[in-house]
Amino acid sequence: MIERLRKIAIWIDDRVYISKIFAATAGHHVPRTSGSWFYVFGSGTLLCFMIQIVTGICLALVYVPSAGQAYTSLEYLNYQQQFGWFLRAMHNWGSNFMVAIMLAHLAQVFLFGAFKYPREMTWISGVVLLLCTLGMAFTGQVLRFDQDAYWGLGIGAAMAGRVPLMGPAIVHMMLGGPIIAGETLSRFFTLHVFVIPGSILAIVSLHLRLVLTKGINEYPVPGKLVKKETYAEEYEAEIKKSGVPFFPKAISKDLIFSGLVLLGIVFCAAYFGPAGPHGIPDPTQINTAPKPDFFFLWLYGVLSLMPDYMETVVMLTAPFIVIGILFAVPFISNTGEKSPRRRPVAVLSVLLILIVLGAFNYLGTYAPWSPKMEAWTSAATPTNYLEGRSPLERQGALVFHSKQCINCHSVGGEGGLRGPVLDSVATRLTADQLVRQVIQGSGNMPAYGKNLSPSEVAALVAFMGTLHKPTEAPARDSTRPRQASTDNKQPNATAQMASTKR
Amino acid sequence: MAVTEIEVVSEKTPERLHIEMPRRAFLLKLGFLLNGIAATMVSVPLLGYLLSAFRTDGGFTSWISLGSLATFPENQTRMAKFRNPYTRPWDGQTADIPCWVRRMEGGNFQIFAINCTHLGCPVRWFQESHLFMCPCHGGAFYEDGSHASGPPPRGLYEYKYKIEDGQLWVHGGQLPTLNQPA
Repeated sequence: MIERLRKIAIWIDDRVYISKIFAATAGHHVPRTSGSWFYVFGSGTLLCFMIQIVTGICLALVYVPSAGQAYTSLEYLNYQQQFGWFLRAMHNWGSNFMVAIMLAHLAQVFLFGAFKYPREMTWISGVVLLLCTLGMAFTGQVLRFDQDAYWGLGIGAAMAGRVPLMGPAIVHMMLGGPIIAGETLSRFFTLHVFVIPGSILAIVSLHLRLVLTKGINEYPVPGKLVKKETYAEEYEAEIKKSGVPFFPKAISKDLIFSGLVLLGIVFCAAYFGPAGPHGIPDPTQINTAPKPDFFFLWLYGVLSLMPDYMETVVMLTAPFIVIGILFAVPFISNTGEKSPRRRPVAVLSVLLILIVLGAFNYLGTYAPWSPKMEAWTSAATPTNYLEGRSPLERQGALVFHSKQCINCHSVGGEGGLRGPVLDSVATRLTADQLVRQVIQGSGNMPAYGKNLSPSEVAALVAFMGTLHKPTEAPARDSTRPRQASTDNKQPNATAQMASTKR
Repeated sequence: MAVTEIEVVSEKTPERLHIEMPRRAFLLKLGFLLNGIAATMVSVPLLGYLLSAFRTDGGFTSWISLGSLATFPENQTRMAKFRNPYTRPWDGQTADIPCWVRRMEGGNFQIFAINCTHLGCPVRWFQESHLFMCPCHGGAFYEDGSHASGPPPRGLYEYKYKIEDGQLWVHGGQLPTLNQPA
């Protein structure tokens, strides 16, 4: 019996070359040094991609890529379909993990000089995979067809619409029509489910093939330089001398990391649940503040903080410059030192990029540039800003809320951060300057001249005149004689000062 | 394979070989030509199908009624919505397009697109401060649609309007962008 099974196995192997394929792939020899904890991110990314394929196919069994029904089908997945919520959560967390681990992989191969001779094409195919993955992230966000998706598409269209001459045609191409509607979702579905995953499969094959033919990068040793004339021989020699088969000798750390990643995704999916959908994609429901998923939050920040005169140029050229630089990396520095210990510029660049992206992402989480649209009806005025104030000053506090000043300016930690915090505005501006600022506006502040009556302005300025710490005197006009306590009277301040005097 | 082929050919007489080579070359060229013609015939409809979306002059815009004039009191700005003239049955709510209608004295109107001119987010009208504010990047516009503050490069997009049969009509149908305002 066993003998017969053995014969069948040998027959199959003889016809389809399983053992040869295995020996040439998983069993190929790698430098002993590359069985390192630093080399686990590539396989981790691949694992995430496989999870995305499996969960994606499952979701596609239920999801309806129709603008009118996508939202309902997402709700159905969340609440009706057995384990639908879990698969949606897995797919969402799988994508988060995939982007994060892929970036770690990118940083690692960059720091270890793995892009240098003769692995330029491995790097380039990797950059294409990065772009495909970001494309998957954006199109996936659109398939979660809710308010954020709808307005996210609007932002994409507004950016594409800035292209000179071709702008309107590109917007039409992107949306599949004159507005964001049924055909828009269909084409993003096609990209997300057919075009980009197909490309990723093809390019991953190339990427892995290159890892086999050109070999995996050996662990860089400071002082060991890459020279075109000798590198191939040296690598061969190292493999001969101390090479180990990838399976089973070098794969263990990859396996452990992959297992942890899988557990992480399952845990996050079970604990945090699926993302959204948030609000039906009905453009007439405008009480929404669209926000991108975390991997595009930095972009949200950049677009908000960039001076507007350079915005169009940067939007339309920066992506190409950045992608161009990524592609050019292996040609900018093709040979020489690989070790990060001897490449301070490389290390500093990675740190700089991390800090910049991290800072923008952090800013993106609370978006200080966005007005708080509901603050004027929902935020409270701190009681200590009302206590002991005159009726006029209290009236000013009311104006401050009812005219939506608080949507952009915060007092006592409540309100928007779009404009300056006003807790101590009285120490910076005199009453006259406050009047001018309110009526004429400036820079980033609208002029309120037409929309406030003189009595409202007087009340508002009286209120703001009280906004300073008891220990800090309010600003005064140096061209006028100092008057002890009549103008800019500060109930709190005077009370406090009186008490300290005593 | 290649080896056996050469052997077969070499068995033939030099004259036969002489005739055979141009024949093979001819067949190869014929093969390329046939496939070229077929590829062209396939790609014309394929590209035509794909690139049809590039067209921006497909008569997407038209006049749509926003309802009776009486629904828009003087000196007020109100939201109105219309069903986009170019729709597909499966568009759902996405084809319901909102806009801001400002009625001034008498029959003077301004109809603004909902989309901020910065990056297309929906601007909100604040009756109290007479401002449109954008929730995304903090753009603000005055009641007449002109730019008040923040990153938007221009004032709000304005639709054309007309008054007919006691109704307000808007000329819409297209997502407004910087190079193709409503």
